Amino acid sequence: MAPPILEVQGFGKQFCLHEQGKVIPSAQGVSFKVLPGQLTALIGATGIGKSSVLKGIYRTYLPFAGRVVYRSADGSMEDLQVASEHRILELRRGEISFVTQFLHCLPRKATLDVVSQPLLAQGLLGAEAQGRAEELLRAMKLPERLWSVSPATFSGGERQRVNLARGFISRPRLLLLDEPTASLDSDTAECVIRLIHGLKAAGTGMLAIFHQTDMTQRLADQVLELTPPVPLPEPAGAAA
Amino acid sequence: MNKILEVRDLSKLYGPGCPQCLELTGPQADTNLCPSCGTVVAMHGVSFDLHEGEILGVMGESGSGKSTVVKSLCFDLAPSSGSAVFYDGAEPFDLFSLNAAKQRWLRNHRFGTVYQDPRQGLNFNITAGGNIAERLLMSDVADYGAIRMRAKELLARMEVLLSRVDDLPRNFSGGMRQRVQIAKALATRPPLLFLDEVTSGLDLSVQARILDLILEIQQELKTAMVVITHDLGVIRLLTDRALVMKYGRIIESGLTDQILEDPQHAFTQRLVASAL
Repeated sequence: MAPPILEVQGFGKQFCLHEQGKVIPSAQGVSFKVLPGQLTALIGATGIGKSSVLKGIYRTYLPFAGRVVYRSADGSMEDLQVASEHRILELRRGEISFVTQFLHCLPRKATLDVVSQPLLAQGLLGAEAQGRAEELLRAMKLPERLWSVSPATFSGGERQRVNLARGFISRPRLLLLDEPTASLDSDTAECVIRLIHGLKAAGTGMLAIFHQTDMTQRLADQVLELTPPVPLPEPAGAAA
Repeated sequence: MNKILEVRDLSKLYGPGCPQCLELTGPQADTNLCPSCGTVVAMHGVSFDLHEGEILGVMGESGSGKSTVVKSLCFDLAPSSGSAVFYDGAEPFDLFSLNAAKQRWLRNHRFGTVYQDPRQGLNFNITAGGNIAERLLMSDVADYGAIRMRAKELLARMEVLLSRVDDLPRNFSGGMRQRVQIAKALATRPPLLFLDEVTSGLDLSVQARILDLILEIQQELKTAMVVITHDLGVIRLLTDRALVMKYGRIIESGLTDQILEDPQHAFTQRLVASAL
């Protein structure tokens, strides 16, 4: 069996809110592995810290406890929690993608440009990147007349498709998905399932949170149920 | 990616200075004015690295020392202490130990600066094309035809109407002036660009287009940029990494999405929480 692409050991995250003088635990003691070509799904009630785990791996959240060991393309192992900012940016450009529930992009930028951007950042030529973007948007059933329009004017579902296309386009080694099908109709969700299967076959390891349990059943190779973090007593050092 | 700029322990003090200045000022003391001698500590202990083609954001409230950092780096003012090394390819330049002529050369050829107030970056008494020619003349281009062609190319790239090449910038709108200023800064294809609040005071549609142009340029020319702004939207859309300053000190630095979503310092938390 191929070695895991990501190994999370004892991950924990808590937020220290200085103004309110509070410490809010968000996830604790989370351990799991992500294998290449497989999808690991995180499940659990709202607020249990699923997104925190994803953001912690992507380093949008600073680590609090544990290790996040990533095996990069050249086989070397590194702890993402202590990797330099430049290294994280390099990995985000080339190997790790994150599809969130929200799309952040420059206003007035055409959808095609938004989707092809990750490839351009990798140094691919405009025409080639554009071609791949068209291919994905077509697979995602986004009407062609919308391709030259900015996603700012789109509906939630359309925006989500653009977001997914942008996450899929660079064929990352590790893909983090935060409720990718939450605002999609069942037809489009089927398209996304097909694309996820395609990525799995190509060897992408995935860590995902799904809203719908049937999605988890159909796509997940491993399922991990998170346990709620223990609320902390009023901290002494929180106001510091 | 190679390092293009290495800044270490940059400080700027306005005033006589005393042994307590640094202790009695800063975010902990909630002031940058030394109560003992009246010295203003405009910036202290500022250190960061910038890599080729990278965009670094510097954010903070007015008076936090953001502009002081950039002004020191592009030789608009001399820092009290600290060092900065600019790597032009393999050649390192220790910025503050260079003589004035060499500093001027770097500023005119290898750095570009775009100011919030176009009056600082543009000469309002000569035409838009003339402004760009002025910068090109300071470099190696001396042929009239070549300069004019390059000026037109640059202005067209920045979406300034070519029919207005020979107009004075004083007759331009704010957004147009800013575009001419960016075109001028880019004339010598500098590897390093400083942008000081370039979209502040512009209307929203113009802001968006200017940010867009800046990103296009960064992608095309792989220009490294230091972007100063108090606008969190600009930080989010433009930068990969960001520094947060308060009372002349860097209080927090990190990946932009981390600073905005998981700020660690009390001040950054308040700043992010109050964004519209």
